[in-house]
Amino acid sequence: MGNEPKIFSKGYKWVGTRPVRPDGVDKVTGHAAFGADYQMPGMLAGAVVRSPHAHARIKSIDASAALALPGVRAVVTAEDFPDLPSEVSTGGEAPVNFRHVSLNVIARDKALYEGHAVAAVAATTPAIAAEAAALVKVDYEVLPHVIDVLEAMAPDAPVLHEDLYTSGVEPAPTKASNVAARTGFTLGDTAKGFAEADVIVEREFKTEAVHQGYIEPHAAVASYAADGMATIWCTSQGQFMVREFTAKLLGMDISSIRVIPSEIGGGFGGKTTVYLEPLAVALAKKSGRPVKLVMSRVEVFKATGPTSGAWVKVKIGAKRDGKLTAGEMVLKYQAGAFPGSPATLGGMTGFAPYDIENASAECWDVVSNRPKCAAYRAPGAPMAAFGVESALDELAQKLGMCPLELRMKNAAKAGTRALYGPKFLEIGYAETLAAAKVHPHWSAPLGKNQGRGIASGFWFNVGGPSSAAIHINEDGTAEVVTGNPDIGGSRASMAIMAAEVLGIDLAKVKPMIGDTGQIAYSFLTGGSRVTFATGKAVVEAAEATVAELKKRAAKLWKIDGQHVEWRDGQAWCTLDDGTERTPMSLAKIAASAGKTGGPISGAVSINAAGAGPGFGTHICDVEVDPETGAVTVLRYTAIQDVGRAIHPSYVEGQLQGGAAQGIGWALNEEYLYDANGRLQNASFLDYRMPVASDLPMIDTVLVEVPNPGHPFGVRGVGEVPIVPPLAAVANAVSRAVGVRIDALPISPPRLLKKLVEAGKA
Amino acid sequence: MARVILQGELARRYTGGQATLVVQASDYSALVAELKRRYPGLVEAIGRRTAVAIDGEIFHDPLHEPIAADSEVHFMPLIGGG
Amino acid sequence: MTKHHVSATVNGEPVEFLCETQQTLLDVLRDELELTGTKEGCGTGDCGACSVMLDGRLVCSCLVLGVETEGRRIETIESIAQGNELHPIQQQFLEDAALQCGICTPGIVVAAKALLDHNLNPTETEVRYWLAGNLCRCTGYDKIVRAVLNAAAKMREEA
Repeated sequence: MGNEPKIFSKGYKWVGTRPVRPDGVDKVTGHAAFGADYQMPGMLAGAVVRSPHAHARIKSIDASAALALPGVRAVVTAEDFPDLPSEVSTGGEAPVNFRHVSLNVIARDKALYEGHAVAAVAATTPAIAAEAAALVKVDYEVLPHVIDVLEAMAPDAPVLHEDLYTSGVEPAPTKASNVAARTGFTLGDTAKGFAEADVIVEREFKTEAVHQGYIEPHAAVASYAADGMATIWCTSQGQFMVREFTAKLLGMDISSIRVIPSEIGGGFGGKTTVYLEPLAVALAKKSGRPVKLVMSRVEVFKATGPTSGAWVKVKIGAKRDGKLTAGEMVLKYQAGAFPGSPATLGGMTGFAPYDIENASAECWDVVSNRPKCAAYRAPGAPMAAFGVESALDELAQKLGMCPLELRMKNAAKAGTRALYGPKFLEIGYAETLAAAKVHPHWSAPLGKNQGRGIASGFWFNVGGPSSAAIHINEDGTAEVVTGNPDIGGSRASMAIMAAEVLGIDLAKVKPMIGDTGQIAYSFLTGGSRVTFATGKAVVEAAEATVAELKKRAAKLWKIDGQHVEWRDGQAWCTLDDGTERTPMSLAKIAASAGKTGGPISGAVSINAAGAGPGFGTHICDVEVDPETGAVTVLRYTAIQDVGRAIHPSYVEGQLQGGAAQGIGWALNEEYLYDANGRLQNASFLDYRMPVASDLPMIDTVLVEVPNPGHPFGVRGVGEVPIVPPLAAVANAVSRAVGVRIDALPISPPRLLKKLVEAGKA
Repeated sequence: MARVILQGELARRYTGGQATLVVQASDYSALVAELKRRYPGLVEAIGRRTAVAIDGEIFHDPLHEPIAADSEVHFMPLIGGG
Repeated sequence: MTKHHVSATVNGEPVEFLCETQQTLLDVLRDELELTGTKEGCGTGDCGACSVMLDGRLVCSCLVLGVETEGRRIETIESIAQGNELHPIQQQFLEDAALQCGICTPGIVVAAKALLDHNLNPTETEVRYWLAGNLCRCTGYDKIVRAVLNAAAKMREEA
């Protein structure tokens, strides 16, 4: 595996090992059931009617022809949903305005982007449903539209929401606009900092909207019983999120909905909201039959969350010796059709790897006639990091300094104050730079038309509410039930942590994902939180189980509980007089559970604090073909502080996958619109994600600076790896061709144009 | 006394531009009560859509988290993730 | 809509099914024969999640109509393990952690087997180009390519 990962062993039996994942066999044999794999007796097929226009008033919807088609059982429109007031959710993590979610799931008065759902039908077969969808007559008044973020901010731009007034500006605006919000952060005095600088780099950068690109389209099956109870089988990053959002959008009690999570075929943040589930329930209610809705790939591209394209301006100043004196960022992010771009998160993260006394970020959240953006892996951070890390590379060139040395000189450490306020606790950024410096990749020779780029990235990682239950079975085996969909092998991590605490063989521990009725609330799989927060719940549940096992052993021994210790999956007892009892195994205690008080289990629900921030540093080598502008990634190394790798293979996998997505973002992926605001490349053929022949092996180095907030030192790892690649690739190309790359993607025609303009082609 | 550090806009609007507030409180709920008393509107403006960092550790839904005499408290946007 | 009656061999067993004209082989496998191991990622032949063998050739089942399979031989992911004995490629995918979410895995296992069935000693480049029609968004392909190479090495030893 290239370089052996650096794992600090603390004498754990299972933590840090690489067992076969518990759900692996089902996934290599095709038996695992994903969102579209569910079938119910009497099930109808659904189809969604979508706006062909980027911006249009919906004057009327006539479903009579569709309903007259034999086999059609129901049609729903916004009329079938409560008209929700503007209400921001306060539970969970990122604030969600349920009115916006509702209007995104089904348009009420206006269609705000091409692909916006306006109605849904259910029929006896998919073919009839598709035919019926085409028969739903929607009378549109086409309105002027706006796609570009800067154009959307212009005073004369077509306005999407008549009730949207920019927040965070003074004086408060009196006119509606597409600018939803301005936020900002300030540290020190940037004017003073720039005055002290010997060298200043200032540049504008641009990135395009890119899609999460999960291979599994959104899919849901819903049933609705006569007693008002709805059941949803669906693919999502959180069954509890689906339950809450669907209840809110349909005006139902949370207890009237049960959500059964399927396996999930990738999410990357894109499955942290609902699109189909409320429609499926509404159709099931109206038709009295279970209804299945599955998106086509075109629908996924046109109607589900890409992340924002962004306009980013960075100014950065340093002393001759490389010490940074000031940094400024202005970020204008596309939110899509409803407010809520991750611009603020870009402002909080861009400078986070660096100790800069004077810094500021100004963040603008802007709506336009694009699908509403959804979270995508470290939302908002990659675009800001593209700007900052590119500017740093240019600064290093101006200073005649090694870009790695420049970063080392300014690296944030424990005690460094972040632009967004607090000081960092234990972090491992400098350690990733040190690992990069000694990695053979950093000093390998380069050939003609080749360049090497380096860039770093930061993500907060989050904790939050999670639940776990451990059931000890009669034969001494155990189940670990959690409430988080397993997207990348988290079942393996849950089992490993439980086995470590229980002290029993990993093969005896079976992890399971509970539905909303089987486990207490757990916040969704996102924010790099599952191995950290749900893992913490698992550890605490295992500790509670061990406490119970000790009590039961004491009962069997008829001694005081304080004399019992738990080691290696057995109860040990040394009495005050020094007498030792023969250790009692978990299996033996389990077998006698009936005599000592009944089944043995441990269940906990926590709100996990103590998430450890993560930092990564990536090195990328490219070769540029000056005749075509084609860029080939020759070598790639991703280095990250992961706290502690519970299952190193799946941690490496996170680094490799994040790097690949970032390489796609840098080199090829983009949303392309025509003059009518219609997406031109809504297919995997034309929206070009990296394929196997596009990439080299992706080497990984796992640096482990344990997070004191987790019993095994875990930090979230899933999001950091997509932050550095945009600039790592762009810096490599910049150095290969001698022209600074300031816009993504660096696709062949764009790069060729740039080379021709610079006289380098 | 713990220090509460506000980002510019909140300070401009609610504390007469004072970005660092010195507050006597032994836990988070007491701190919030004291801020409510001293700066009308501030706590409401911070709202429930905010996380709080106490000495670098970020809490999303705090209540009685302890505050030490030399603690530093920041309000910050809620952080989600992908 | 009139349905067509089709007889074919699926995973070694004779099957008969009724399908509509526009139904793809993928639709038939999933909706009529309940073989849901074959996945739909795009429906346009770009992602390879629906890879199956048709008369010994690797195809995207979303690009084949159900009616075209009359009298033909189809093998899906469900036929690759022999009972409970995994194929060496499947076993290697588990050992090398060559999957994350797992949605692309059936298609990649089918495609990788098609490669190794005619070339048991592929280079890394050959593996990468052979699998270029199978999108994976989670892994960056590193562990997938290694697993195929490692499986090939083990199969050569056993051959």
